[in-house]
Amino acid sequence: MANVTMSAANRAALSRSPIQRRRPGGFGRWLVLAILMLGLAVTLFPFLVAVLNAIKLPTDYAVNGPVALPRSFSLAGLATFWTEVDYSRKLINSVLISGLVAIVGVVLSLLNAYAIGIGRVRGGRKLLVLLLMGIMVPQESLVYPLYYMAKAVGLYDTIWSVIIIFSVLQSAFGTYLLSAVLTAFPREIIEAAEIDGATRWQVLWHVVVPVLRPTLAVLGTFFFIWTWNEFLLPLVLLISNQNQTVSVAMGVLQGQNSTTEPTAIAAASLLGILPTVIFFLIFQRTLTKGVVVGAVK
Amino acid sequence: MAIARGSLGASRAGYYLYLIPGTLGFLALVLCPLIANVGISFTTWKGIGKARFVGIENYERLAQDAMFWGSIGHTLLFIISMTVVPIIIGLILAAVLFDYISKQFGEGLSSFLRAVFYLPQILPVTAAGVLWGWILSPIGITNTVLKSIGLGAVAQNWLGDPTYALPAVSAVIVWIQVGYCLVVFMAGLARVDPSLYEAAELDGATWWQRLGSITIPMLMPEIFVVALTTVIAALKVFAPVYVLTAGGPDNATLVPSYLTYYHFFTTNRVGYAAAIATLQTLVTIVLGIVFIRMQSRQSEEGA
Repeated sequence: MANVTMSAANRAALSRSPIQRRRPGGFGRWLVLAILMLGLAVTLFPFLVAVLNAIKLPTDYAVNGPVALPRSFSLAGLATFWTEVDYSRKLINSVLISGLVAIVGVVLSLLNAYAIGIGRVRGGRKLLVLLLMGIMVPQESLVYPLYYMAKAVGLYDTIWSVIIIFSVLQSAFGTYLLSAVLTAFPREIIEAAEIDGATRWQVLWHVVVPVLRPTLAVLGTFFFIWTWNEFLLPLVLLISNQNQTVSVAMGVLQGQNSTTEPTAIAAASLLGILPTVIFFLIFQRTLTKGVVVGAVK
Repeated sequence: MAIARGSLGASRAGYYLYLIPGTLGFLALVLCPLIANVGISFTTWKGIGKARFVGIENYERLAQDAMFWGSIGHTLLFIISMTVVPIIIGLILAAVLFDYISKQFGEGLSSFLRAVFYLPQILPVTAAGVLWGWILSPIGITNTVLKSIGLGAVAQNWLGDPTYALPAVSAVIVWIQVGYCLVVFMAGLARVDPSLYEAAELDGATWWQRLGSITIPMLMPEIFVVALTTVIAALKVFAPVYVLTAGGPDNATLVPSYLTYYHFFTTNRVGYAAAIATLQTLVTIVLGIVFIRMQSRQSEEGA
């Protein structure tokens, strides 16, 4: 399914026909546009109010309310939140965890998929079904044993426990995706390389990987953002402040609405969403095209 | 010939080496924990000391636990906000962007709108939750706006009142989910032959007729995939509830995942929590089998 839709999208992108521009007059089209703009406003409203209020002074908020344009400008709220929760540390943790999971997860997926898709090993399909089940299983049913194991091996409250666990969890999906791609890989190319005396290891890195590079990049991008946004397992496994991720740091802010200055909450949520918004702006194409592939998540 | 076959067998065996790291990891970090969790569900255990085998006692208790049944009821409601509403909005939006906006206003606007509607999907749910928790708080923006336009009577403690908490959390989930449906549906529409629409237009079909007789039937595979994946996701809703309401007020937004978390790590009734997680897993696996069956049937048809 995933491949079917993806190839269909690619095909459409390749053969995009010139747009037919008919412009019948009338209010209809402006009405549709207006309704869409309303939807757009609703979608963007939270972002807007976060920005508006994160940069005002608390007094400005108290006098003019939350939807007024700022009449003061202050980065104090942002700076206070940053230092109070040691946000640089959370960012570094999140980048390290997500980055390493993206790399290790892609490598694990590639090795698995090489055996299943190119090697056609016996039991490959059954393994894929098992992996797919593994993706869908709720993390609640893994969390306690994993918590216990992490404590037993001394990786509890270290980012390594999270990195190892998510590399494996993400690779279940990656294996499923790459196996389908590699099953369709032209056999002649591999046979030609084998005749030239390439070993299996060389075929993987010098023949398969170069062809697959764009797909691997998309996969890595998704592993990165999925891991960045993970909550339950990091919440349980990373209890000390200095090991937490951005997502966990945001999660533990809950329940402070009544006590904290509104502008401070705006600042906190703005900083919480900003990294992924920037990431989205950079990788927008990859993410919106690739989401179809990720439909099993 | 015999040699060739022999070498083929050997070469195939060599590929198994590549499965070792991934499979070992999967065994150790997914399969074993999963089995261990089922095992724990038949015991009474505080997380330390010895677990005591109690058979199906945890499951018997669950059957009579009002909190558990309440959480199941909320999950069914969350299926509406995770699956039903986003699919309907997503379908209409996808059709408008594909069959109207890109024709009337150009493809650029259509891709831009798609990207914006997708944006909430990419945020950490916890960060979005902090933001919405603030917007919906009693002194938050929603109420301020309502008061300023003279609708002060409608203002509520959205997340703190048992009547409104569930709809409020649901609204946030819809905001998050619409983009996913939209993007998958638009990718599906790229497969549809534009001449179908042109023919229908020439026959005088209205936009709504085209939606009903072309768009929706053509998108059936995507609708099915989205429905199944979002139902599976609805069974696991955790982060939005954790951040927005912590299951409250008065358990009005309690979901099984939160109940599991609560018993694992707050009451330390590990066996009981494991029983809830096991039931969740069983339901997910049943849905997963439906999903895999459907996928293999579709790839056969595609081939």
